[in-house]
Amino acid sequence: MEQFTTLTAKMVSIPTENIDTDQIIPARFLKVTDKNGLGENLFFDWRYHADGSHKEDFILNTEQGRQAKILVAGDNFGCGSSREHAPWAIMGYGFQAVISTSFADIFRNNSLKLGLLPVIVDEETHYQLMSLIEEEPDTEIIIDLADQTLQLPDGRKVKFPIDNFSKNCILNGVDQLGYLHQHASKVEAHEAVNPHRVNTLAGSST
Amino acid sequence: MSQNGHPKTLFEKIWDNHVVVDEEDSPSVLYIDLHLVHEVTSPQAFTGLREKGLKVRRPDKTIATMDHGIPTTSPEIPISDVLVLKQISQLEKNCNDFGIPLHGLYSPNRGIVHVIGPELGLTQPGMTIVCGDSHTSTHGAFGALAFGIGTSEIEHVLATQCLLQVKPKTYAVKVEGQLPKGVSSKDIILNLISRIGIGGGTGHVFEYMGEAIRSLSMEERMTICNMSIEGGARAGMVGPDDTTFEYIAGRPHAPQGEAWEAAVEEWRTLPTDEGATFDKEIVIDANKLEPMITYGTNPGMGMLITQPVPDPMQFGTVSERQTLEKALNYMDLQPGQSLLGKPVDVVFLGSCTNSRLSDLRLAASLLKGKKVADNIQMMVVPGSQQVKQQAEAEGIDKIFKEAGADWREAGCSMCIAMNGDQLEPGQYAVSTSNRNFEGRQGKGGRTFLASPLTAVATAITGQITDVRTMLD
Repeated sequence: MEQFTTLTAKMVSIPTENIDTDQIIPARFLKVTDKNGLGENLFFDWRYHADGSHKEDFILNTEQGRQAKILVAGDNFGCGSSREHAPWAIMGYGFQAVISTSFADIFRNNSLKLGLLPVIVDEETHYQLMSLIEEEPDTEIIIDLADQTLQLPDGRKVKFPIDNFSKNCILNGVDQLGYLHQHASKVEAHEAVNPHRVNTLAGSST
Repeated sequence: MSQNGHPKTLFEKIWDNHVVVDEEDSPSVLYIDLHLVHEVTSPQAFTGLREKGLKVRRPDKTIATMDHGIPTTSPEIPISDVLVLKQISQLEKNCNDFGIPLHGLYSPNRGIVHVIGPELGLTQPGMTIVCGDSHTSTHGAFGALAFGIGTSEIEHVLATQCLLQVKPKTYAVKVEGQLPKGVSSKDIILNLISRIGIGGGTGHVFEYMGEAIRSLSMEERMTICNMSIEGGARAGMVGPDDTTFEYIAGRPHAPQGEAWEAAVEEWRTLPTDEGATFDKEIVIDANKLEPMITYGTNPGMGMLITQPVPDPMQFGTVSERQTLEKALNYMDLQPGQSLLGKPVDVVFLGSCTNSRLSDLRLAASLLKGKKVADNIQMMVVPGSQQVKQQAEAEGIDKIFKEAGADWREAGCSMCIAMNGDQLEPGQYAVSTSNRNFEGRQGKGGRTFLASPLTAVATAITGQITDVRTMLD
């Protein structure tokens, strides 16, 4: 995972609510065994015509989209499946943060593990960001992870929530797996103390 | 009541039993009892293990199958999709290299991962169960804590048998009364989601309780728990009872003999204690339920089948109006329109929601002696090869075939449209699956989610039909 400390970047918005993972990356693009190239398929069915040509008016096909590193989306972003291909595709396109009023649980978890920052804001801030993108599309905002704030062009700072553990992992670019490995002996102890719960599968393994 | 006198919910008991480390300022380290693996979300996790030089810590608690991309055509027809072939061979190699049992392409136990877990007795009360698939919530029907995870988390569980989790909140879903004729467990869950919306359960675990839930079979309970994620909850669960134990007894991986007696004794301590409290609660009166159908592009856009399609102008906020307008535009439906009588093109009976033997039996009982309408292509996809075999032993396949339906091999099929089973652009389907997102069943395809009974009634008449008009 790459470190994320502060980000000063332009934004684009896709205001639709409940954007599901099938829109973010349709299932037919999950037939891969690596993480490469998924950015090309981000929002595929909203982004391309049936013949494969770009829908020129879709925001990700514009210069504004290509320059943006922050996606501002409608409420309950990332609902649906557990596919980590969704944040992989969003990062593959070039986004480093997604701002919404809420995120679906699995999408949010997946993003935090990859260092794609899910930023939750209140409705008023969300509306303000949407208006800003529409009126002054070149505006940059500053996301400061250590401080857990968004700084708007008027100087106003808005706090956003993130659990300390994920925050520190992302600030330092550290994979969460390391923490689990640190506790290997406690896992062994759990298995030793709870055999009646741990060893309930009978029969040969197949 | 639990030993220390503090009443606990089913969820809290399982959670507490599995917390290995609980440090301040960190999520809990949760021990995982069963890890189910399939071909689509796992390859990159195994790559991660190889890159880091790690082994699978407990291959004996890990089990793999292939379901998402597998064709449902005759096994004699070779698979032509090179990408699917690559994922299949990658899973075979990963299972071989890391010592994980695999129910592969020609295994009689292969099937949708959420169908074979319970079928093989792998799914047991009190367990923590994960899989790289959001419908892992299905297994909660047994009184397990079961939820979907991403590929990074798959790697974590493979390497450590543990997962980092922030403790979710609890949400009681009380379904009182008894279901009227023609109304099924699918209608309960579609009704719940239509009330709370697809984000309504975010951050929570559902516990389904009440008279109507108690009287459901295990397979009906699985249908409900399966769609917990469509209400935003990663997991949904039902307290284990005699119905649960009877289902598990004698299955290949179920405890046997003395171990069985000990297990049942342990499992009987799991149900939520009298006086335990939940963070949220909703009550549904089963007596007042009707068959449900969705009209929009997420599972929360559902209604009683006799209701008209809602009018965006009746919604409070601009974004709600825009979201519904966009959905109705995609579905090519008008506000105020009734869906009853609307012709459709495809009926899909299958998916981890509704592809078990009882679903097929119920569907066949209504279809017996009748024909699928000329305008309908009906596809029946059993959830597993075992379900298929049992159905064939009972002659259920013949009922479907004689009616003109297509009887297929097991897999996820048209629920996720990765294997070539898909809608054409503009086509309408009544589907027993779990998601009606834009393009979910094929690019440009339009999905009405409903119960198996509603699906069969629609297949017979060729148009969306209230099954109650066809029952005695």
